[in-house]
Amino acid sequence: MPSAKPSLAFAAAALALWGCAQMGTGSGGMAAKSADGIPLGTSSPHPVQPLPDKPRLGHAISEADVAAWNIDVRTSDGQGLPPGRGSVAEGREVYAAKCVACHGADAKGGAVYGTMVGGIGSFTTNARVLTPGSMYPYAPILFDYIRRAMPMDKPQTLTANEVYALSAYLLQLNGLVPADAVMDASSLPKVQMPNRDGFILDDRPDTKSVRCMSDCK
Amino acid sequence: MAKNDRRDFFRRSAALTGGAIAGAAAATSAARAAPLAVPPTNQEPGRIIEESAYGVPSKYEAHVKRRRTDVLKNRQNLSDWSMTPLQYQPGIITPNGLIFERHHAGTPDIDPRTHRLVIHGMVKQPLEFTMDDLVRYPSVSRFHFHECSGNGLTDWVKPASTTVQQTHGLLSGVLWTGVPAATLLDEAGIDPKGKWVLFEGADASAHTRSVPLEKVLDDTLIVYAMNGEALRPENGYPVRVVIPGWEGNVSVKWLRRVKVSDQPWYFRSETARYTDPMPNGKWRKFSMVMECKSVITSPSGGQQLKNPGFHEIRGLAWSGSGKIRAVDVSTDGGKSWREATLEEPIMDKCLTRFKAPWDWKGGPAVLMSRAVDSTGYVQPTVAEIQKARAIAGFVQHHNGIQPWAVNEKGEVRNAIGQA
Repeated sequence: MPSAKPSLAFAAAALALWGCAQMGTGSGGMAAKSADGIPLGTSSPHPVQPLPDKPRLGHAISEADVAAWNIDVRTSDGQGLPPGRGSVAEGREVYAAKCVACHGADAKGGAVYGTMVGGIGSFTTNARVLTPGSMYPYAPILFDYIRRAMPMDKPQTLTANEVYALSAYLLQLNGLVPADAVMDASSLPKVQMPNRDGFILDDRPDTKSVRCMSDCK
Repeated sequence: MAKNDRRDFFRRSAALTGGAIAGAAAATSAARAAPLAVPPTNQEPGRIIEESAYGVPSKYEAHVKRRRTDVLKNRQNLSDWSMTPLQYQPGIITPNGLIFERHHAGTPDIDPRTHRLVIHGMVKQPLEFTMDDLVRYPSVSRFHFHECSGNGLTDWVKPASTTVQQTHGLLSGVLWTGVPAATLLDEAGIDPKGKWVLFEGADASAHTRSVPLEKVLDDTLIVYAMNGEALRPENGYPVRVVIPGWEGNVSVKWLRRVKVSDQPWYFRSETARYTDPMPNGKWRKFSMVMECKSVITSPSGGQQLKNPGFHEIRGLAWSGSGKIRAVDVSTDGGKSWREATLEEPIMDKCLTRFKAPWDWKGGPAVLMSRAVDSTGYVQPTVAEIQKARAIAGFVQHHNGIQPWAVNEKGEVRNAIGQA
């Protein structure tokens, strides 16, 4: 590929501006980092089908028709959170009915999974405890994940109110909201999570090994 | 696997791989105890050809199996993983029945006639595709390695695993066939402000990840076939994403939905999981590239060399950053190294096979391999990785050098952290 780094910004800009119009040339080489600074690795040129052969076989669909599948929440600001609300107290009841069997009393770990409480402040020790409270940078991750994947034996069956309530209960168990908290699309994104600024961009390669062949250390 | 089984299978694999274990006896000219007899297979017909059948391996190869993780044992088997028996893999392609598995809520049984793929979000026109639609597009086939970011997580600083299947078996080599993701996104028309792409599965975890648009447009494939046949259910049937060179978790299986946005979503699987602990308490996010790595698959942990003399050191090398440029091997625990022979083909982000002859004198030895990729990156030792990252707990992205210790009896043991 051509010397990648200088051409990167250009390549990324070109893709962003022209969409896929430039795809299909197979001209190869790609940005070393995304527009957001995510390292992408390198890419060799690879053959892509010529544009004139591309059929258009997709069927137009409306966003309304995708609504039941459109369950993602942008967790940094809560975009995508649905209407509904749930309290800590309601969450305690839903938890007792649908979660405790695997996650244990007070979410401290049960038959199948480990604890979901605690660990805040543990990341500078060698006994890091990863829980929603210690690890999630944004509280709406609770809503997104519970709605899409829990309970494990019946995912995507909880109501929005139940998911908000469970989010409130787990946040309260982690000491991040008071016992009378109510979570909804407005309040959930406002909960300040302790690990909010706990992430750095991928800065690998972070080793500089040399190819010693003899008399190595 | 019980000790006896292991010995047994090694004997069988010795027969298979010929010279490696033949040793010094082959050089003598002593008469056999009895002359060779005509085998019964020469004297009676074999099995007929069935009218239709799906072929399976010889019954004598029944020990070559994918195995669920038994070093780190999960308390349920829905969000769990199984590992590829690399010690039996002679080439760079993993047979479909042996490709490792990692699911978050089991393997769904999806009917391709009713399955739908949707592209929506920041696009000009949201689109729905049937499987019949997808297979009509101009297709591409590419060879790539596929590796879970958790490969090796049980064996950073001391040996927990016995075999290379347990240490490195979240790795497979596959010929993928499908449609470039760019083709389908182009048809939907990406909003110029679009920068990130969500992929979501139709499984019970609705597994999802955020991927930068640049990578999706560059070489990401929407795949419906592997190694010359439809995807296996456990590998994403009927359609999945393949993001070459990146951690396996982003290559979402059972793909139902693709959504374009201007920001990442920061899902659980890209915050609370699949992030790397740093010494200052921070976590490295979106660490997608699987860095250059290699492992000796023969001789490897749990095997036993029967005789001193000639042995071929064999292994696999790969890099998410490009092609393998060189592999060095050491038999003295890293004090001295020599370059191994790379076997063609050597492809981008693909398993590459290396080989080096070795005259085992019958004494203790520590075997290591070290790969170099086309960017010049040299595979590090764990000690070198530890200078940059915190190796504490459930740590991903282990591409450290794997040592195998051979003792006077020829027994091969995992020596991570000890050599």
